[in-house]
Formats: sequence, structure tokens, C-alpha cells
Amino acid sequence: MNASADGNLLEVENLVKHFPIKSGIIIDREVGRVRAVDDVSFNVGQGETLGLVGESGCGKSTLCRTLLRLIEPTSGSIRFEGQELSELGRSDLQKMRREMQMIFQDPYASLNPRKRVGQIVGDPLELHGLAKGEERKGRVQDLLERVGLNPEHYNRYPHEFSGGQRQRIGIARALALNPKLIVADEPVSALDVSIQAQIINLLSDLQSEFGLTYIFVAHDLGVVRHVSDRIAVMYLGKIVEIGPAEEVYTNPIHPYTLSLLSAIPIPDPRANAARQPVVLEGDVPSPANPPAACRFHTRCNYATEICSQEEPPLIDHGGGHWAACHHPLNREAPQDVAAVVGGARG
Amino acid sequence: MARYIVRRVLWGVALLVIVTAVVFILFYVLPTADPAKLRAGRTANPQLVQQIREQLHLDDPIYVQFWNYLKGVFFHFDFGESYLSQAPVKDIIFHRLPATALLVVGAVILWLAIAIPVGIISAVRRRSLMDRTTMVTSLAFISAPVFWLGLVALYLFASDVGVIPIFPGQGSYTTADSFLAKCGSMLLPWMVLAAATAAIYARYLRSSMIDTLAEDYIRTARAKGLPERQVIMKHAVRAAITPIVTLLGLDIGLLLAGNAILTESVFVIPGVGQEIVLSIRRSDLPMIQGIVLFGAFFIVIFNLIVDILYAFLDPRVRYQ
Amino acid sequence: MSATGHLLEVEDLRVHFDTDDGVVKAVDGLSFTVEPGKTLGIVGESGSGKSVANMTILGLTRAANAEITGRITFEDQDLVAADDAGLQRVRGNDIAMIFQDPLTSLHPFYKVGSQMVEAIQAHRDSSDAEARERCIELLKLVGIPDAERRFGEYPHEFSGGMRQRAMIAMALTNDPKLLIADEPTTALDVTIQAQILRLIDRLQEELGMSVIMITHDLGVIAEVADDVLVMYGGRAVEAGSLDEIFYDPQHPYTWGLLGSLTRTDRPRSADRLSQIAGQPPSLIAPPQGCHFRPRCPHAFDRCTETPGLDARSGSRSHLDRCWLGGEQKRELRVGPEGEIGLAERKEPVATPTGES
Repeated sequence: MNASADGNLLEVENLVKHFPIKSGIIIDREVGRVRAVDDVSFNVGQGETLGLVGESGCGKSTLCRTLLRLIEPTSGSIRFEGQELSELGRSDLQKMRREMQMIFQDPYASLNPRKRVGQIVGDPLELHGLAKGEERKGRVQDLLERVGLNPEHYNRYPHEFSGGQRQRIGIARALALNPKLIVADEPVSALDVSIQAQIINLLSDLQSEFGLTYIFVAHDLGVVRHVSDRIAVMYLGKIVEIGPAEEVYTNPIHPYTLSLLSAIPIPDPRANAARQPVVLEGDVPSPANPPAACRFHTRCNYATEICSQEEPPLIDHGGGHWAACHHPLNREAPQDVAAVVGGARG
Repeated sequence: MARYIVRRVLWGVALLVIVTAVVFILFYVLPTADPAKLRAGRTANPQLVQQIREQLHLDDPIYVQFWNYLKGVFFHFDFGESYLSQAPVKDIIFHRLPATALLVVGAVILWLAIAIPVGIISAVRRRSLMDRTTMVTSLAFISAPVFWLGLVALYLFASDVGVIPIFPGQGSYTTADSFLAKCGSMLLPWMVLAAATAAIYARYLRSSMIDTLAEDYIRTARAKGLPERQVIMKHAVRAAITPIVTLLGLDIGLLLAGNAILTESVFVIPGVGQEIVLSIRRSDLPMIQGIVLFGAFFIVIFNLIVDILYAFLDPRVRYQ
Repeated sequence: MSATGHLLEVEDLRVHFDTDDGVVKAVDGLSFTVEPGKTLGIVGESGSGKSVANMTILGLTRAANAEITGRITFEDQDLVAADDAGLQRVRGNDIAMIFQDPLTSLHPFYKVGSQMVEAIQAHRDSSDAEARERCIELLKLVGIPDAERRFGEYPHEFSGGMRQRAMIAMALTNDPKLLIADEPTTALDVTIQAQILRLIDRLQEELGMSVIMITHDLGVIAEVADDVLVMYGGRAVEAGSLDEIFYDPQHPYTWGLLGSLTRTDRPRSADRLSQIAGQPPSLIAPPQGCHFRPRCPHAFDRCTETPGLDARSGSRSHLDRCWLGGEQKRELRVGPEGEIGLAERKEPVATPTGES
């Protein structure tokens, strides 16, 4: 399997995932759809980390699961190393799964409490027939050590470990098959702050050592900024902005990105007080009933008539920085960006 | 909400039809005595039996018989006639129903009156002496078979044969003349039937209460400064009782359908449960079918009632 | 207000739970004060004891297996020694509390309005109509649109942010002097969090109440707190004003917290985040002396003796639990690029299961 012509490991085009809402008297009819992922396109290059941010209802978790075909996409294309995933049959998909693995958010829920740690990490090896018996045990212990755990704890159960340690177990399991791509769905959100740093550093080290590519989903923008090369911002099932990490943080183009950055309190009282934040009113609309045209227009401070009539396309603003907005901030309101982002500008 | 009810009613009807079909088929599949012969009685001779066969359409294909039966039930409320007594099935059942109903209603009231306070107090005073004794006693009552309990109760307390003759004994229902006397005859059966069920409900409620008391909204109720009594009764019990309601509906439905069969047998109560035992022994198909259909009807109705009640108790359910 | 001027004073609070695994010392010698009209931010991670300590203020941790000692003085009343009736008078009245998850914290079967009215009628003689008026007024105050209609709705009909607003409104029904907010925004989206924090800030000013804001997020602290208390292993390890904690931190744990933060307003500084080695201490068998000792790169022999919470930095109001001298600390906490953080520990942490 070769990478695609542009060196992209993963290419996603027009990916859609809708969940039908059914109701009826005798037979369920579809009365609506939850548009969880609504026409999303992006690429991930070999060896890079793409950060994915957004709030509840934006579709980032659904997107992750759809990429790995844990959920079947409604339509659209996912190409991994040039190979179209949505067409693959069961056994081919099984082989492909070796290349793409996932780390989950909740270290307490994602490990089977009845299995020993050695089994949890070793099962993928057995399922894919890659190693057996002593060899398998050896590999598992290697992995445990690599993620910072004691290989002698091979026979312990998950409940004997702390949250941070369990997350390490999850990472070891994801690494077992030597994947090329790891999708990390909020891997540190459920952990204490001081443990988060440990896990983030570990993921970083593993990336250099194994040449991994990450899709890193998080709602903590500070964490995402630290780990990502590029960042995609999602809102109600669509990507509204995508570009190099530093660019997106220092020169956000889409008003939603600005309000996200604005909403995060800076852990520095003086810097925090010096900011002039953009405040969003109201709640996030439901993905079952998203606003017409530009989905953000109901909460946007810069919205005009065109925003409720025509959906803005995702266009290139230069330097690989794309945004979907009729009133991009870099042209129309750079002073607002400065007031919010503040601090040392990159 | 209305759509939900309509849907459930339609499914209920479908279920009744299926149940009837199953009984019909079972009767034909299992080897039983020839109903025509039974109907003919001792003086049977082949011609009489053949005559009866034709009269009852017993030689018609099974689906024709089934269809005729369904038509009778749904359009004319006619369940046919008992092979043995030739009396309308409907009448026999209605004649038997009051005894079962009285047994069930009384038992339900008694077991709720015991189980609810016991369940609540045991949960609130966990691991206290009272909690532990009630849990052990309840285990004893759940384990004891109801007919054994019934016989022991009679042995101990029946006015005619008991060691401490205080309650009316076996068969006293039939001899009772007033409603009050009938209730008197039900005292022992009520206690026996209620004993095991109260034990189950008490444990269930205790468990449900313990879970509820750990919920965040109980903590909020206390943080608001509400007196503990209000926290328990108004907040905890209200949430913990909903699974009990479901259970209750199903139990009542089942009992009315004839599940009190053992109690009725031990105490010789002329109810529906007794009747079905006799009918099965006599291969009295119309009676069996009639009772089963009635039973299925009760279960379906009570299931529906419980579901609707649940929607009233839990507002989150309504918005589906 | 007590004679000393503090609104609330906690002295040497200890909360020990007797469990099958041993005695869990959730709070082990905690002291702090809350000033009238100010916000105290309490920051700590899981196991620090911050939630248990604050629930103990309202007596919500009282149980058969709990041993609570110390003093909690509120308006000349000791809440630790108070009986149930005394506590009930204070709860939801002078001291109100809101919790982390507004969905599970409201009773699912009762309408929001009736739960609020209940809070009023528990403490004063108010007719249903009067109580209703007051509740709707409060719902408007916290920014819930269409308050009249919302009054008659169930919790699950509200969105996450609105639910938390409703909880705040319910907490305000009896004009509390102190509002304890236990991680009120952790379960909310970041844009909604900003709204809620802004709301609490505004209400505090308008109503002149004190707030205890419990969180693990230093950003939230920077946004709302006047004074800060850092908790670790059931104790306070540092206490001071907002500026003192952020710009002159005196405890290695605080340095570790500050160092491991990621900031959205600064460019990516280093490839590795400064981290704190090891894991939070066991509350059943905590380390002897300073609870942070096993994870601290600067620990020395005196650290096996529990440091007192004293002022060592020069400012009388800035307290810490670390034997190191003020000047020493100012040297040790600075990294190669001048940023504050915790140095790498030379030997591995000796805990039962190694790195956390």
C-alpha cells in the first residue's frame, strides 16, 4: 500500500453521517435526521498531528468512529494510503484495521474489567494472528514498558491501576499492531491536570519513535494547540476552519474559532483581565435541526443577510489556512482578533 | 402520547390473536382425548360421537375452526361452550372471576401495606437490626413454596382444624353468605399469597431506595435545607417507587390470569385458577381457550396501564 | 460575620471515613477563611479533598462511618458541632451550594419551578404565589429567556447551560451570604462555561455575596478568584491572593500545576510539557510528613516532618506548607527560559505501581 500521490496518509472527501430519527404508529418512519457529520473533507499527512476541536454536537466523536468504520458512513469517501475504505469487504477491512487504531476518552469504561492487562494489550495480536504464546507475552511486556508501566504487572486487572495508568494501557493496546494512524478521542479529558501532561508527553515521544500520525480530538484548546501541527474546528457537523495550528490560534478567520478562543480563560490573571472577550449568547443548536445556510449565523456577531441564505464554502485564505465564512475576520475585523488573542503574537 | 397508546393497543390485539392461535395449535399437536367423545359422555356411541363432531365442526380444517372462533370472540364476544357442561364459557368464567378478583385485590393491598414501609425503612436504616431481620425473614418467605405456606397456615390457624383456631379454613369461601363473610374466609389466603410477594417487593424497594439515595439530586435536596423526612418521602421514594409500579402491574395481570392457582387449590377457592386445572384434565378446549384468552387480555391490559402510568410518573419517558 | 471579620473560618478540619480498605483521610488538617464579598478559588485534583471539605461545611458528609473533627465557624456558629436542625437552617439559606452536573443534580420527576419553590418554603413562610413570583424573577436574573414558561418545565427540557443557570437561581432563592460552587462548569462546553462564570461574577457583585469556586482549572481561577487556596492530599498547601499564587507561587506542587498548563495565548514554547512525576497520594496511607514529598524533586530530610501552613514568602497573607525558604523557592521554581515550573525529578518516584 502506498501513500497517495500527495503524501497524504488519509484523505476524507464529502463524508456524511446522518442518524435517522424514527417515529410512527405501526411502522417507524423517518421523521428527521441528526446531521452529525455533514459533508466533511480534509487530509492528514504522513507523520503529522491533526487536532480536531469543537463543542458538544459538533460531530467530532462521530467523525472519529466513522473514519475507522466503527460506524458506517452514510456517504462519502475515506481513502487510507490511497485505498478506498468504504468499499472494503470484511476481511480486507480487518487487515486495514491494523493500520488505524483508536484511543478512547474514558480510561475507566474502555478497558474490560474482567480481563487482565496482558490480555487486553495482547488480544489484538492474537486476533490478527501476529504473535502467539511466549512471543506475544514478550511483545506485550515491551509495550507496557514503552508506555511507562511495569511489565511485571502483566497479570493485573484494570481496577488495580489509576486513571492515568489505564490510559497508558489503552495506548499500549492501540500500539500493539504497529498502526500508522492513531485516532485519539479526548485521550486526556478525564484525567487530572498533572497526569495530562505525562500522557501528552508520552504520546509525543511515541510519535517520534514510531513515526505515528495522529488525529487528536479534544475540547481543551490549550492541549490541542500543544500537540497539533494543524487544527480543524468543527461546528454542527461541518469543518468551519482548518489550518496550521499556530495560524489558527493567532490569526483565526472564522468568528466561531474566535469565540472559542475567547471563551477559554487564560491561566494568567493579568493577561486574562487585559482581554476583551467575545461573548456568545444562547445555546448550541441541535444537530437534528441546524440553522439554514451558515450554521453559525444564529450566534454570530458578524452575521448579515447573506449568512442566512447562502452557505459559505470552505476556501483557501493562503498558507494552507482554510475557512468557511462570508465575513472572514482576517479581512473584516482584525482588531477584534487582536483584542481577544492578545499576548505574544506569533 | 396518544400515538403511543394507539400503538400499544394495536400490538395488544395482535398479541391476543397470536396467543389464541398458539393454544389452538397446541391443542391439536398434543395428544389429548377426543373432545367429541368427552362431550358425548358415557353413553357414547359412534353415531353420537360423529354427530357431535359435525356439530362442533371438529372435522373442518384447523384454520377454518380458528377463524370461526376468532369471529365469535371479536364480533360477538362469544367464547363457545364448554364441552362438558355445554354452558357458555363466558358465563362460567364470569362466575369464577369474583373469587379470584377478591383474592388478588386483598393480597395486593396487604402486600403493599407491608412491603412499602419495610422497604423504605430498611433502606434508610441500612445494616440496622431491623434491616437485617427483615431481610432474613423475607428470604425465608420467598423460599417457602406457597402451597406449603398455605397448608402450614391452615394447620396453625384454621378455625376447623387449626392449632390456634382463629381464621376460617379451607372451603369457607363457598359456604360464606355475606360479602363480609367472604372476606373473612379470604384472610388466610390473603396472608399466604401476600407473604412471599411482600418479601420480594420489600427487597426490591430497598434496593431501589439505596440506589436512589446515592443520587445527586438527593444531595441537592439536603443542600437546600429540606428536613430529612421530606428528602426521603418526597424525593427518594418518589423516584424509587417507579420500578415497583411496573412490577405491580405485571403481577396483578398474572394473578388475574390464573397464577393464584396454588393458593386457590390449597384453600379450595372456586376461582379461575381452579377452573383451568379442571378444564385441562377434561380436555375442555373452549374453556381452556377462554381462560387463556382472558388471562392474556388481563396481562395485556395491565401492561398497557403500567406503561401509561410510567409515563405519568417519569416525565422523561413522555418525550419519546 | 464573626468577630475576626471572616465570613467563614475553617480550622484544622479533618474528615476521616472508615471503609473496608482502611481509614480514608479525605481531609487531613485543612484551614482557610472566606472573606465577605470575595471569591475564594479552591484548586486541586481528584483526591485533594476539595469536594469533601466543602460538602462538610454544610454537613453533607455526615455518615455513620465518618469522623469529622475541627471547627467551621460561620456567624458565630460552629457547623461541625451543629445538630441537624441547626444545619438545615443554614443550608440553602445563608449558605447555598451548586454542584457539577446540573442534569443529575435536579430531581427528574419534578418541575424546575416546584423544586425552586420548595427551596423557598423550606426556610420561610411564603405562599405559593409569592414564591412563584420570586422564582420567576430569579430565573430572569440568571438570564433564562421565557422564564414564565420555563418555570413549569422539567429539568430534561433545559439545555446544559440553562440547567446550571436554573441551579444557580435555585441557590439564590434565600439570598445566601455564601455560595459554594463545586466545579460548576466542568461538565459544560467552553463557550457556555464562559457565560456561567460571567454570570456568577455579575451576581456576586450585584448581591454582595461571597463565593467559593472549586475547580481543577487554573484558568477559571484566574478569571474569577480574589483569593486562592491550593489543596493537595487532603490539606491546604498554599493560600494567598490571586496575584501571589500566580506570580509568586511558594509550593512545588503549585509550580508543577502552573508548569504543566498549556496556554492558548502564547506560542508553543517547548516540545515537552513540564510534568509532575508519580501520582496523587493514597488517602489511606499517606506519605509521612509533607504529602507531596514523594513527587517533589526538592525534597530534603526535614520534609518527613509535616510543614505548618505559615507565611514564608514575606507577605503575611501568603501561606504555604513547604520548609524551603522564600528566596530558595524563587530560584528553584524558574526553568531554563524563565518560566515557572517544576524541575524534573532525578530518581523515580517510589510508589507501588510506578509512574502514573
